[in-house]
Amino acid sequence: MTTTLVVLGGTQRLRRADRELLVLAGGLGGTHAVVPGAPGQELLDALAAHGTAAVHVPAGEPDDRLTTPLTALTEAAARACAADAVLLSATPEATDVAARLGVRLEAGVVTDVVALDAQLTATKQVLAGGWTTRCRARGGVLVATVRPHAVELPDPAPPAGEPAGRPALRRHELTDGAPAARIVGRDPLPPTGRPSPAEARVVVAGGRGTGGDFGPLEELADVLGAAIGASRAAVDAGWIGPEAQIGQTGLTVSPQLYVSCGISGALQQRAGMQTAKVVVAVNKDPQAPVFEIADLGVVGDLRTVLPQAAAHLRRLRS
Amino acid sequence: MNRPLTIVVPVKHVPDAAQERVLAGDPPRLQRGTGILCELDEYALEAALQLVEARGGTAAGHRVLALTMGPAPAADALKRALQLGADAAVHVLDDALAGSDAWATALVLAAAVRRTAEEEGRPVDLVLTGMASTDGETSLVPGQLAERLGLAHVGFATALSLDDDAAALTAVHATATESLRVEAPLPALVAVTDRSSTPRYPSFKAILAAKKKPVRTWSAADLGLGPEQVGTVGSRTEVLGAEARPPRTAGRVIHDDGEGGIRLAEFLLAERLV
Repeated sequence: MTTTLVVLGGTQRLRRADRELLVLAGGLGGTHAVVPGAPGQELLDALAAHGTAAVHVPAGEPDDRLTTPLTALTEAAARACAADAVLLSATPEATDVAARLGVRLEAGVVTDVVALDAQLTATKQVLAGGWTTRCRARGGVLVATVRPHAVELPDPAPPAGEPAGRPALRRHELTDGAPAARIVGRDPLPPTGRPSPAEARVVVAGGRGTGGDFGPLEELADVLGAAIGASRAAVDAGWIGPEAQIGQTGLTVSPQLYVSCGISGALQQRAGMQTAKVVVAVNKDPQAPVFEIADLGVVGDLRTVLPQAAAHLRRLRS
Repeated sequence: MNRPLTIVVPVKHVPDAAQERVLAGDPPRLQRGTGILCELDEYALEAALQLVEARGGTAAGHRVLALTMGPAPAADALKRALQLGADAAVHVLDDALAGSDAWATALVLAAAVRRTAEEEGRPVDLVLTGMASTDGETSLVPGQLAERLGLAHVGFATALSLDDDAAALTAVHATATESLRVEAPLPALVAVTDRSSTPRYPSFKAILAAKKKPVRTWSAADLGLGPEQVGTVGSRTEVLGAEARPPRTAGRVIHDDGEGGIRLAEFLLAERLV
């Protein structure tokens, strides 16, 4: 029987990405969870509902070191439960934890996994979404970071119901003296009221063709509950912050819907939209390569098309 | 005060992402034709050059060393790094390295960093990497290298500076929701993102000067590594299969006749996307 250790992002409640990891782990066998600090009751109840056998927590207060406390806790938990697989949600921090954990556990590490079967064979997209590979750890433990939205959640989510039983709480004393960077300040990103492109189900992305005005895109994004993304050109022009950049050297996203606005669709730009389920493109240029890959292409001015679409959707909704 | 710094920048020779890239063979491997210096590595090199230039550059005894592992054509990536301003280069060249995953790559690079320190006769203060390679895209090598070298590690850094006596660094680490300001003692490893700087273009003078810069070439054995520790056999992951994603095909294209937005909205409704 496979024992899977799931590394959670928070201590108080399950985020969507956490639930995806738990659903994935639940399909493989027994589940243990790592919680990076003192767990709240709501979180413990949710873990019980997911059939989690044990919850691994640090004995002391979490400190201000970057990456290493979570690496040490996860290492201790993986050894304690003899995990066959360790799953993390694919974020920058988790990637660094997975990397260090891989060395410590002599594990095979696979990042950005979109599926995992009972033999622990991982499926992932590589080369900017142009290829799909299947890979596995060569003996030993598999450490995998899993793409957000890769796992379908039961819909609607089942009520918590009667927990199968309280997970055992395992506290780990950690004495990790490895040199580490320390966090000395935190600056929250300015709140946009929108999901981040990496996690959103819908992304509305703009390029050179916006001319710097993202207003029409925001109008549609408001109706769709979408994240705003941008091409490299739009970011380089200073029209939007770099956190919005999507593409080869930015985020590769896998939303349900990608609305490409004023982006020509040159090869590098396609990296960002390749793995979206549905691509819609709006561009004035009928020759734009983006129309070769769009499920629906609208040749037109995004400044009229997008507000009209947003207004129509609002009308239908009310 | 201004002690001479040694900075190692691991770089990778990768297929150009603007060209079609193909996986083939058993086990599947990326077909490596003509390549380029990984675009994301240019940011690491730029960060290294800015740090030493602010402290007097080569004239003050600072050294920026480009390090790569890869087949013979990878020398082109080192050449580019030297043209951009690296002082010297190290090429780990060995047929046994082919197929190395992040685990085996970090093992080799860690040994090469240690050997570099011996050859230079002084410790490496900073290892500066890109956030990922544009071919493997795993982002694992920086963390694995830091772990193997026992270095403090800052990943996904968008800014970087050193304190006056180069005893510590300050960096900004980007997460999905916040920017963390972090401090780390030197020696350390920092992986920078493409938001950290704007890489320079080499000048004609720099291109000429690069030809005179030294390139050391080492085999795996020179680094004390056996063939069973590297390449496909030394890796902790294996690729079982690779399929090209079916190319996205064009769907319907409509011309906005004044109702393009309404058609768009109706499409989203029909596809149950709203």
